[in-house]
Amino acid sequence: MGEIANEITRRHALMFGVAGAASVSFGLSAFAKELNTEEAIAAFVGDIEVSDGKLEIDIPEIAENGHAVPIEVFVDSAMEDDDVAEEIIVFADGNPNPDVVTFKFSTLSGEARASTRMRLAQTQDVIALARMKDGSIHRASRTVKVTIGGCGG
Amino acid sequence: MAKIRPRVKVPKKARVGEIVTIKTLLSHPMESGQRKDAKTGEIIPQDIVNYFSASFNGEKFFEVDVNPAVSTNPYIQFTLKVPEAGTVSFLWKTDNDGDFDTKKKIKVV
Repeated sequence: MGEIANEITRRHALMFGVAGAASVSFGLSAFAKELNTEEAIAAFVGDIEVSDGKLEIDIPEIAENGHAVPIEVFVDSAMEDDDVAEEIIVFADGNPNPDVVTFKFSTLSGEARASTRMRLAQTQDVIALARMKDGSIHRASRTVKVTIGGCGG
Repeated sequence: MAKIRPRVKVPKKARVGEIVTIKTLLSHPMESGQRKDAKTGEIIPQDIVNYFSASFNGEKFFEVDVNPAVSTNPYIQFTLKVPEAGTVSFLWKTDNDGDFDTKKKIKVV
């Protein structure tokens, strides 16, 4: 009887210990990631006012496999004279590192459109920012539900 | 490691001023630096393609900064507004495997 009670207590202690540690570390890392993404965005934006509308993200709403999620970004611009999208930066706020990719365009691009395949560790927001030649910045974001995460292994 | 090999798809011909789509892929593991070795439990160091660029007749017109969140065998698709006949050249830079390049000609019709 004593032995069983001991066994149960030890098992519970272990379980609680693990669960406790997991929730603490998850809470901290989630907080750290949010900060990282905000900092990364702030570093790109500086003190410029960000507007919505010109930039589009094409990405599945549900990604069954987070190892390779197709994403296309596009800025509605003439790519001539002053109406040139110079760069588009993509962040994923639930990945271990928010940086995904930066595309840099020129007038020879003809249009500001690029695609790649990205990793998503979990359900999260994908955020893109475009910097135009006139200095203005446009933002778009999309939430992607991820069934199988694509970072650990 | 599997052999690292660039693959690109560029239209053979285009009209002057036509916007063509270019598709590129470099076979590369894109080791993210987040994974652990299943046997030793140690983190496998980052080993990625970190940069890509495309030039037309020597003029760089498209560049990409690549981070570990880009998938294995990084695929990059973009456009070129063809100004004249010429050569598109491609460059990939990696953490540990040096640089890779290839080129394709475009005729104008």
